[in-house]
Amino acid sequence: MSALLSIENLYVNFPTRFGEFVALDGVNLNVAAGEIHGLVGESGAGKSTVGAAVMGLLQSPGYVASGKIVFAGENLVGLNNDAYHRLRGDRISMIFQDPQTSLNPLLTIATQMIETIRQHRHVSASDARNQAIALLAETGINDIEKRIDDYPHQFSGGMRQRVVIGLALCTEPELIIADEPTTALDVSVQKQILKLIRTLCRERNIGIVLITHDIGVINETADRVTVLRSGRVIESGNTKDVLGKPKQTYTKELMAAVPRLDKRLDRFKNIVGEDDKVIDDSWKVPLASASFATQWLLSEKNEGNERNSHPLLTVSNLDVTFNSGQASWFGKNKGFKALSNINIDLMNGEVLGVVGESGSGKSTLAKAIVGLVPLSAGSMEFKGKMLPAGKHRDRHHPSRRVIQMVFQDPYSSLNNRKTVESIIAEPIRFYGLSHDEVEIKKLVASVLELVGMPQRAMLKYPHQFSGGQRQRIAVARALVARPEFLICDEPTSALDVSIQAQILNLLKDLQQTFGLSILFISHNLAVIRQMADRVVVIKNGEVVETSNTEQFFSAPSKTYSQMLLSETPSLVF
Amino acid sequence: MIESLRRWSIENELVYLFLRSPGALLAALVALLCVGGAVLSPWIAANDPYDIASLDILDSLIPPSWSDGGDARFLIGTDDQGRDLLAAILYGTRLSLLVGFLAITFASVLGVTVGLMAGYFGGRFDAIVMRIADVQLSLPAILTALLIDGIARGVLPQGQHDNLMIMVLTVAIGLSLWVNFARTVRATTFVERNKEYVQSCEIMGMHPFRIMFVHILPNTMGPILVILTVDLAVAVLLEATLSFLGVGVPANQPSLGTLIRIGTEYMFSGEWWIVIFPSAMLILMVISINLLGDFLRDALNPRIR
Repeated sequence: MSALLSIENLYVNFPTRFGEFVALDGVNLNVAAGEIHGLVGESGAGKSTVGAAVMGLLQSPGYVASGKIVFAGENLVGLNNDAYHRLRGDRISMIFQDPQTSLNPLLTIATQMIETIRQHRHVSASDARNQAIALLAETGINDIEKRIDDYPHQFSGGMRQRVVIGLALCTEPELIIADEPTTALDVSVQKQILKLIRTLCRERNIGIVLITHDIGVINETADRVTVLRSGRVIESGNTKDVLGKPKQTYTKELMAAVPRLDKRLDRFKNIVGEDDKVIDDSWKVPLASASFATQWLLSEKNEGNERNSHPLLTVSNLDVTFNSGQASWFGKNKGFKALSNINIDLMNGEVLGVVGESGSGKSTLAKAIVGLVPLSAGSMEFKGKMLPAGKHRDRHHPSRRVIQMVFQDPYSSLNNRKTVESIIAEPIRFYGLSHDEVEIKKLVASVLELVGMPQRAMLKYPHQFSGGQRQRIAVARALVARPEFLICDEPTSALDVSIQAQILNLLKDLQQTFGLSILFISHNLAVIRQMADRVVVIKNGEVVETSNTEQFFSAPSKTYSQMLLSETPSLVF
Repeated sequence: MIESLRRWSIENELVYLFLRSPGALLAALVALLCVGGAVLSPWIAANDPYDIASLDILDSLIPPSWSDGGDARFLIGTDDQGRDLLAAILYGTRLSLLVGFLAITFASVLGVTVGLMAGYFGGRFDAIVMRIADVQLSLPAILTALLIDGIARGVLPQGQHDNLMIMVLTVAIGLSLWVNFARTVRATTFVERNKEYVQSCEIMGMHPFRIMFVHILPNTMGPILVILTVDLAVAVLLEATLSFLGVGVPANQPSLGTLIRIGTEYMFSGEWWIVIFPSAMLILMVISINLLGDFLRDALNPRIR
């Protein structure tokens, strides 16, 4: 089989001040025409570097150290800029991750399409326009003749991504590199886009390199798959074989770490990182240990932590409207209703999963509960007492300690200018849980050990840690306040699957040890399946369905829930 | 030892970039010499230019020692009062830097506080304070300084003028420079305010001032550091300008600006050294501080690099 694109023993290096960093370490890859080749791996695996190397768009100072990239019989390595320029966008196209930024917001769709077509083909503007219309119609945009003169912001995310695909197609390329084409999209849109990519690939006989971190996407879309790790090819072959019967340990572990929709596991198997340094246990605070942390955290009896059917938190008829009350200078400002008529009960010791697409109001719900967002109607009750909302909640209100939150983005939820010690010690000092500096230090070290970090970490700053480690620190910070109720707002959506598995394991363990009640917010149904006892589905600020997890995943009662479930890429073979 | 130093210079990005930037190294050396000479002037200068008793009017207007009529006692000549120009420059630099540092401290404390509050609270406070800043920014800094200086002279009792002049200059220069700090800090605070670590502080019920000064302030230090250096140069220049115009420090305690003013009177009568050497000192100092500021701005801003 003659390959359309064949990468042979490719090495890409990035010189840094710490020496040469080898981003691609002898990568081999073959893509045939009419085939979708999935490139999967965790962040830092070098997936995008492969794409950039093929496009000749390696970011400075990266360079191809050795190896060949053969495209249709021609070696692209060392090709000069002019030749590359003729190739790029003509015979090789690219689909980017974020349709918000890959289209120029100041030009109409028509202008951008026609410009690209005429760049590579000698056709008149009106011919180019007709071509553009035909192409966009093919990508499934309705009513395109009217909409082609619109600006990108007038399209929804999914529609924009279709335009981007249309742009990539408009020079009839032989190869398309799609770098995380659906990561920024909701599951329902993702499914349609993937279907479109597959159809185009078959009909036009285009070779597609599909770069993604999402194994579910690969499973549903790709013909063949290559698993990358740290710039090396771990395993390559037919999708069914590689994902269904993985041969290499890493692939097996990766597959085990992916949360499954079809069944609930007690724990994930942890992937031991190959380049994780041996944990430095030499530095320790005297007498500090994970068991000391557990003991201290349990020393004060929290009645909210007993598992029973008393509601811990009751949210009734909750409305949140943004921008209400402020009359705009330009006409009426009706405000945007983020949440309307929300009713939720959270029992003691229960994990309640909240699921919904982006913009459904999941995070607003969390913010309303912690008092960051004012309510426009409704009330909240916590442990049988009124819970004041927004500004009405006193700074010293007791709920401020017992309700703690773990945020989505571990890169912005920790103060980069504070040591880990002062980050974790802050709640202890702030809530006056201990005044003894020696004890505080011991506690910080112990809690770090409890969340699976070396005690030495307390001396460092957040930027010295990876995303997963930062999220552990964030969990530790929430934990030392001795909370009864933990709100986790997409705690793993910024993390790789193997790290996600570790954090989910950690949360499960902590939940069991301390009997925490958790409100677990996620857009990922599979994660919810693994974590939650009950599920609340939210759509456009309204509760669609509330039911037990097992019941929900086996037989969802509402059409919207059924649609969500069927559109989530699954790993069932 | 050397090995650990080398490793430190690689791990610390700022040090790494600094050691590989010849311009910044040279500027740091010159700035260090200027500041060092100024600080140590009472010990390294041959005589005390402020001590009127030690001055001899017969020594006035002696050219640099290498030219005709030069005197070995005065390396770069003397001024019209018979002051050793080198000593006068060292003492003058000291005075200029003292006023500069005091003014910049005043401006940064005021500007950072206002900027933090405007950025954090937003709303009406932000609108009012920032409009004041806009108005002030539309006036040249020297005008603001002159205005405040003039008011202070009118208000303060006659006999106190000379003693309080440094304080007056500090306030005048500080008030004309706080806007830079306020605007920059406000912009950074806007960004930091929406980060989740600030939200987590709010959820805990922390006092807004604690959030501002303990949590947000350290995260705005990068831009503040840049403005500190750049505006230090501006403050030194402002002081020199005010003294040049004769509204700065008293004439018996000449700063660089005063020396330049004295020098201009003799510029065309052949006594060129009185204006050239203080001016050269001022230029050297301001350029080196500015170069350091530019280096910091580039090094701390990952986008430019």
